[in-house]
Amino acid sequence: MTGSVSRSGARPPLLGGRKERLDALAASSGKGDAGVSLAASAWRRLRRNPVFLVGAAIIVLFVVVALLSPWLAAHDPSARLLEGQVSRARNEIPPAQEGFPLGGDQVGRDLLSRLLVGSQQTLMVGVFATVIGLAGGLVLGTLAGALGGWVDSLVMRVVDVMLSIPSLLLAFSIGALFPRPSQFTVILAVATVQIPIFARLLRGSMLAQRGSDHVLAARALGVRPRAIVFRHMLPNSLGPVIVQATLVLAVAIIDAAALSFLGLGNPDDSIPEWGQMLGGAQNVIDSHPSLAFWPAGCIIVVALGFTLVGESMRDALDPKNRR
Amino acid sequence: MLRYTLRRLLQLLGVVLVLSMLIFGWLRALPGGPVSALLGERGTEEGRRELTAQLGLDQPIFVQYGKFLGRALSGDFGMSTGVQPGDAAVEIFLQRFPATVELSAFAIVLAVLFGIPLGYLAARRRGGWLDNLGVVGSLVGVAVPVFFLAFLLKYLFAVQLGWLPASGRQTGGLEATRVTGFFVLDGLLTREWDAALDALAHLVLPAMALATIPFAVIFRITRAAVLDVLDEDYVRTAESKGLTTDVIRRRHVLRNAMLPVVTTIGLQTGALLAGAVLTEKVFAFPGLGEALALGFERRDYPVLQLLIVMAAMVYVLVNLVVDLSYAVIDPRVRTR
Repeated sequence: MTGSVSRSGARPPLLGGRKERLDALAASSGKGDAGVSLAASAWRRLRRNPVFLVGAAIIVLFVVVALLSPWLAAHDPSARLLEGQVSRARNEIPPAQEGFPLGGDQVGRDLLSRLLVGSQQTLMVGVFATVIGLAGGLVLGTLAGALGGWVDSLVMRVVDVMLSIPSLLLAFSIGALFPRPSQFTVILAVATVQIPIFARLLRGSMLAQRGSDHVLAARALGVRPRAIVFRHMLPNSLGPVIVQATLVLAVAIIDAAALSFLGLGNPDDSIPEWGQMLGGAQNVIDSHPSLAFWPAGCIIVVALGFTLVGESMRDALDPKNRR
Repeated sequence: MLRYTLRRLLQLLGVVLVLSMLIFGWLRALPGGPVSALLGERGTEEGRRELTAQLGLDQPIFVQYGKFLGRALSGDFGMSTGVQPGDAAVEIFLQRFPATVELSAFAIVLAVLFGIPLGYLAARRRGGWLDNLGVVGSLVGVAVPVFFLAFLLKYLFAVQLGWLPASGRQTGGLEATRVTGFFVLDGLLTREWDAALDALAHLVLPAMALATIPFAVIFRITRAAVLDVLDEDYVRTAESKGLTTDVIRRRHVLRNAMLPVVTTIGLQTGALLAGAVLTEKVFAFPGLGEALALGFERRDYPVLQLLIVMAAMVYVLVNLVVDLSYAVIDPRVRTR
């Protein structure tokens, strides 16, 4: 796209309305995508990016399955319908059969129904962990970046200490903190690890904006500080935060599986979750690898979907790639 | 430079102190506790109280921390209550440290050896088959849970094909002289080649599992960094000056692209211990990661305290080394 001096090609009318003059000015200053916001131009590039489309398709499918799973599943995921075919002594699990295309699990429950219904809990773990991590990071990062001074120092020291432990190790430690592990403790453990990362991201973005023209302009116009932070600075920081949140969704689902593997996951498996199914299959993996392969495959595909979307959004929002 | 290093080391001390306090309080808050872990369900009320007093767990928490700190400064981190009951925590650390270092070093060498050249080649032929394969592979690599990959490798190469050992650090019954505790190095030093080879064979699968994520990340960062640098004006200038391709690649492209790559290598090295917890558990590899996994399971406070603080220290130190290595790679950093 080539920049134009003004919409009509002539000089802005001197006595025109203020709006027209501003429009003309905005048009004349646009170098690349004249008058197109970063978000709009990012979206235009995303729409044609196969990486984004594949990732988005995976996510949409995942969410639809999760929402419809109670109707999609042929059997009750916690009913031990094939219990008669389970033999501890001979190390046998129910094979695939009429009505049970993937067979049963170690206690005779329908594997396919468990996978379908499991998507719901998996989605929940991912979304809640991300939202909690994001909320915590948003509060800390905004405080540090907007207020500066000792608040900034204090918050950043806490963040530094949290970041001085490898994140997964931190999640394990937090997961081990609770007397009775449950879905909630898993979510909390995975979420806490993300707080310092979001906090850093937001603080950096806030600091960068404090001296920028649009904030100075708002201050000069007498906009209240709170409004500057919430109306002008925060919205401008959202791009990288959304990208990070998308990537964290993938990480959260994988980390939850790791917690289950270490025995720090939800022990109640009446409502299935993929990470828990994978963690629970570790003892039978040598004789019945399929019990691990199916939930692992689901986790990998979904994590990949979120990663693809996150990465392609990051590329699209990068002003360097704006063409 | 020296002052900078000293200041960073002082910061490290602060981080370790705060961290030790946090972990101390935090681990005390762990449910169950070592008393239940040691006595199980059978313990009588009497026995419980006695053991609690014996372990000093009945005193106020700051008294406990004070004592802990005092003893820690003289190298005493208490006795293990669950991982290897009766052994000193420090002993367990020293015993297992070489195993994890050996494993991590092998893993990171694998990741760097494959990640940097492939990332560089992918960037030079952007959009080619190697580039596409690498990008897709690195995305998938990050999406695969580490422990599942470890299981997959073990299932395929150890259980099904039987090419490599499935667990441990060395074959049972093998006589080997121990000098350093690093089994491969020991074998080389004492010229016991079969012992060195045996130890190496035990490292391959866990190291491969552990290397996946660092490899994927190093590959992508190298690719991105090289792509960035190839776009720079000074590369075009160098080309128009008529420098040979070889000189441009080595001096202008690779050197400048290395900054973010070195940071990434450092960060990934520091974070390896988390992956080691999972990988070592799958392969029953007797390192720090396995001790941590057992420690969580059995609520072994002394061992967990020591290992987590140590993990954090290594992480911070590695980052310091990374920052210092900037000055070596990029002279501009030195003058700042």
